[in-house]
Formats: sequence, structure tokens, C-alpha cells
Amino acid sequence: MRPAVVLLPLLALPLLLNDFWLTQVATRALILGVMALSLSFLATYLGVVSFAQATMAGVAGYTMAYFGPNTVGLGVPLPFWVTIPIALALATVSGALVGLIARRSRGIYAIMITLAIGVAFFYFTRQNYTFFNGWTGFSGVRAPEIAGISLRDPLPLYLLSLATAGLALALVSGFVRSPLGLTIQAVRDAPGRVLALGISVTTPIVAAFAFSGFLAGAGGILNVWYQERISSFSVGLGPIIDILIISVIGGLRHPAGAFVGAVVFVLLDTFAVDLIDRERFNTLIGCVLLLIVVVAPGGLHQLGADWIARLRSPDAKSKSSVRANS
Amino acid sequence: MNKLKLAASVLALSAMSVPASAEEVKIGVISILEGAFAALGQDGIRGAELAVLEVGGEVDGNKVEVITMSSDASPDSAVNAARKLIEQDGVDMIVGPLSGSEGLALRDLSKSYPAVTFLNGSSAAQDTTLRDSSDNFFRFGGDGAQWMVGVGDYAYNDMGYKSVAVIAEDYSFPYTQVLGFMTEFCSAGGKVPEKFWTPIGNKDYSSVVYSIPQDVDAIFVALGGADAVNFLTQYSQAGGDKPIIGGSITIDQSILDSKGPFKKLLVGAPAGTPTVSDYDGEEWSAFSASYTEAFPDGFSAPSIFAHHYYMSAKAAMLALDAVDGDLSNDQAAFRAALTDLTFVTPTGGTMRLDKNRNGIVDNFVTEVYEREDGSLGNRVVKVVRDVDQLLGQDEATFLASGPVSRDNPSCP
Repeated sequence: MRPAVVLLPLLALPLLLNDFWLTQVATRALILGVMALSLSFLATYLGVVSFAQATMAGVAGYTMAYFGPNTVGLGVPLPFWVTIPIALALATVSGALVGLIARRSRGIYAIMITLAIGVAFFYFTRQNYTFFNGWTGFSGVRAPEIAGISLRDPLPLYLLSLATAGLALALVSGFVRSPLGLTIQAVRDAPGRVLALGISVTTPIVAAFAFSGFLAGAGGILNVWYQERISSFSVGLGPIIDILIISVIGGLRHPAGAFVGAVVFVLLDTFAVDLIDRERFNTLIGCVLLLIVVVAPGGLHQLGADWIARLRSPDAKSKSSVRANS
Repeated sequence: MNKLKLAASVLALSAMSVPASAEEVKIGVISILEGAFAALGQDGIRGAELAVLEVGGEVDGNKVEVITMSSDASPDSAVNAARKLIEQDGVDMIVGPLSGSEGLALRDLSKSYPAVTFLNGSSAAQDTTLRDSSDNFFRFGGDGAQWMVGVGDYAYNDMGYKSVAVIAEDYSFPYTQVLGFMTEFCSAGGKVPEKFWTPIGNKDYSSVVYSIPQDVDAIFVALGGADAVNFLTQYSQAGGDKPIIGGSITIDQSILDSKGPFKKLLVGAPAGTPTVSDYDGEEWSAFSASYTEAFPDGFSAPSIFAHHYYMSAKAAMLALDAVDGDLSNDQAAFRAALTDLTFVTPTGGTMRLDKNRNGIVDNFVTEVYEREDGSLGNRVVKVVRDVDQLLGQDEATFLASGPVSRDNPSCP
């Protein structure tokens, strides 16, 4: 019943919003949310913070650009129903590769390794002209048309992003309950015991990264359709940090937090410039993000859930603290 | 989940309160207001605001409102800024962006918004207007190749350089600059045996410094800001003594004022540019004076960015005046007025557009000289008037040479 409560207003959203709000805010938040979900998934269930999610999304995006229509005269145009599986497959493989490289590291070391991979990929795309067209990248990447309707039109793109986001959430919640998903969580909690049971920890870790690559790839495909272009800037430090910010302010404890974070981030990113002096809007964004992290260490999603719980039963807070003590 | 619902209802409420106003002419200005280019980007905004100030903020009774947006030098951010200006703020026209690849992105975007007129800021990639041009994208200024006109000829005939090595950053704007230099230099008979492309923000140039052929007469350096300082420092520390030829953003006053050991290399170095800050032309002095008066906290003189944003915004004001503020019918009359516009630029030339809506401009060849107090400055040695985008060549020949890239043009 709960998904319907959220889904119905979201489906009704196009009736209320103009094209700008629907595309630039709602759709963009959903797309960034899917990418951030790939990070939240890893952080929550594997306990590893990865900075390479923008890279995995970029692999999918570049694949769509290289094998799709573009205006830079590079690549091999293929029909979209061939390109999409290739893009998702390559993003999954890139995720698995990152997992293979980072499999032995935890905490700050995993961050360092994945950041190194992300930045290396950024410089590679910037300097490689055969596949990535260097600094300028690909422009004029058009979303496919189905029955005369371009998927880049505001309504189709929104519905597509909404469906992708819903599917991604369902996939995550299904995956973490599967035997492999449970093993991944066991690796997070006690890798030593998992080994003692005779289960290799490499496979679950690589599988978790591959799955997050798949999610990031789905976001990457939508993103390249939304932006209609991709370049080295799309996989640089800026997007890498944006994804991290979205995950952190949304909250890492529940997958849906990624979408809450994305909505807040997109609203700030779009409208901070209207609220304050044009030269200082980044200060405002920084302050708000700082405030969120200080006030809601568990993320906005957690904060919201706490409030609702407190409204429903005023003594909920004391109960939960008792439970925590016992 | 509930937070999401709340956010959705906030979204919905705000959407209904979007104001709409038909009386005003709204101009969106996109410039880089964050990161390394922030100070220069701010000067671009000043240029656009100056043009609006000059007409008193209204044209034929129509108030002109300027709305600024920031990009961060990436094409994605420029596109997002433009989309917000168009769809949320409802601007009638956009002035901007600042850098080359952003311009290509907005050119592509402009095809999706036929009801909005795009006036380029200072971005100077060649293909923004030359190939695949857009009917509602105008550039009242030149591209990076036009900005180098006169230098290749000056280097070959006046300085007597027969062979020049090129070192430049690896993206669209330096490619275009190198094209502008080589087109003249190679057709005069010069040779460019080696080109070095370095990533923007490169720190270590030692591999390039030691690879520069010994038998070249000079080095053409198309690097900007810190990259130029780093290269010139490392080159002179390694004992390099070849004369330098500069690109449009290589030898600016900040480099001349820095204390590097490369100063002796720079004296006499020629460079090409559409804007000389201390040019003594009559129109420029007037422009510079009104800039300083309007923006006491600005630079001591308008930069290349203020100059170009000013010309685009001024063109918009003049065309608006010509059609009495009539922007109906997808701005058809306004665009026709823009296309036929001629006006005197701050550098004293006559601005008009070619058939691709690219400016026919003046260009300067400058050289570095030592002032009496020992400091360095740029002075004008040659003014080339009426430079078009085809660099004076036949259109078919020019286009047949293909899009500019690392390997095109070539004359080893």
C-alpha cells in the first residue's frame, strides 16, 4: 500500500507542473537519484563508499553517445534497442572491474582507490579522441523516438525516469533479500566469518559493485538523453562529488534517501542563484549542505522518518532509545 | 517517503506561482561566475550591463531586464543555465557564454528553442557558426582564428621566422587559434615541424621543453593563465632562448606583471587579439571611460570579455530599437534587424555579420615592449580591419580543409 501512496502523487505531478519544473527539477532529481542510489546501495549494504559511480554512469552515457546519433561524426550508429543493452552491460562490467580492483580495501582506502579510478577515467576521456572525443565530447545525442514521440519530450522522459527509479528501488530491495544480497551484507558485517564459512568474499564484493554499476548505468543513459550531450566534464570531480552529496544529505540508511537528497540538491542547485547575490550562491549551497549534515546526521530521509514517528506516538523516541540501550 | 511527498507538494505549489510578464524585454546573461574564470566572467557581465545602462535600461518604452546565470566552463552547466533562463525566467534572448565548448553546446541547444535569440558572449570556437550553424544563434565577434589574423604574416615577413613550433592546450579554442596563425604563416611559406598539445591545467612541461626542435626560429604558445606562466618559467629555467609568439589569451597584463625569469623572452613577442586594454583609439577611450565610470570596482580597463559581451548586448539594444521592441512572430523582425545591423565597435571598426551570422571584426597584432620604468606592456603594431571568418579565403576551399583538430592544419 505504501508504494501506491508515493507513486500516485508522482504520477499526477505532470498535471501540476510546467515543462521547466517537470524536466529541469523533477526529472533531473529522479536521474540523479538513480545514480546516487547506486552509491547508497554500496554504502549501505557493502559498507564501501565508492567515488567511481560517475565513471560507471559515464561508461553507459559514452556508450549511448558513441553508438547513437550525435553531431560530432564519431562512432557507429546502432538502433537504440541494441545500444541500451550494450550500455548497461558495459556499465555493469565497469562496476565489476572497479570492484575487482577495490575488493581488498575498506573505508578511506576504498575511497582513495575508487577516486583514483574516477579521476583517471576523467583524464582519459579528456585526452582520448578516438572513442571519447576529448575535451569537447559528444553533442547532439538524441533520445530515440518511439511511434513519433521523442523520449526527450518532458512527459515521456519524466515517466521513463520515474519508472526507472521505481524499478531501481524495487531491484535493490529484492536484491538485498536474495541469498547473494544477504551474503553481501554478511561481508559488510563480518568478512572473517564469511571466509570461515568457506565462502569467498571476492564474489559478493564484485557482484555488489557490478550491480551498482548496472544502476549507475541506467542513470547514465537517462542522463545523456536529458543533457543531450556528454563530455569529460560529465565524469569529472564535480559530478563525482555531487553524487556523494546527494547520497549523504538524503541519508544512507534507506535506498529512498537518494531521491530525497536529489530533490533537495536539484532545488538548491537551480534556485540558490535566485535567492542570493549571484557571486555568492555557492556559499549558500555550501551552508545549507553543512546545516543538513549537522542537523540530520542520518540524512533528510531519516530526519523525516523520525518526525513522522514522533508525530504518530509522542513516546516513540523514548521507546526507541530504550530499545537501543537494551 | 513522506519527505518526498512534501517535496512534491512544494514543487507543485511553486510551479503555480511562476510569474509571467509581457511588458518587459528579458535578457539572460550566461557567464562563468565560479572557479578559476570567475573574475573574468564577472567582467563579461559588466560588459552586457554597460550596453543596457547606455540606453537607460529601456528601449522605446520597453523596460529591459537583465538576469544573470553562472556556468562553470563546462558545456553541461551552460546548457542547464540556458534552460533555466528560458523555461523558468522566460527570457527573450540570451547573451553568452564565455568559453569555446560552451558556445558549441548552446549553438546546439538554440535549435531546440526557435523562439529565443542567442547572442554569443566571448566563446570563440570556429564551428559555433561556421559548420552546422543555427538560425537563431548570432556572434557579434570573431572566432579564435580571426583573433590571430595578422600574426602569422607579421611573424614571417616582419620578424623573419621561417620555422615555428607550436605548444597549445588540447581543446577547441586553442585549435582554432593555431589554425588562425598557421593559415597565414604556412601560406606565406613558413613551416610548423612540431605541435605539442598539453592538457589544460598541466603543471610539468619538462617533456615538452626538451622535445622542442633546436632548429625552429620561434615558439607559438597558445596557453592561458597559469599554464602559460608554468610553461614559460620551465622553458626559461631549462635555458630555452627561442623567441615567443603569443595567442590571444597568452600574454595578458597579469603575465607581464609577474616576476618570472622569462621576462627577457617576452620582450618583442608578437600576439594577436581583438581587444587591447590600453589601445589609444578614440572610440576605445570613450568606451573605457564609460566602463570605469559605471563600474568603479571593475578592472582598470575593459577586458576582452567585457568587450565581447558589450558588443552582443549593444547589438541587441540597437536591433530592439530598430523594430520598436517588437518581438512577435518568433522575433522574426528582430532577427532580421540583427542580421542587417552595422555599428561602430569600441575598437573603431564597423561590426556586421556574414551569412552564418558571425561577426566581421577588427584584429590587432600587438608586441610586448619594455616601459621606461622597466615594466612590460603590450603595444599595437598593426590593426587588421574587416577580418571575416573565412580569413579572406574562398568559402569552398576553406570548408574543404575540414574541421579544425590537432592534426588540421598541418605544414611540417
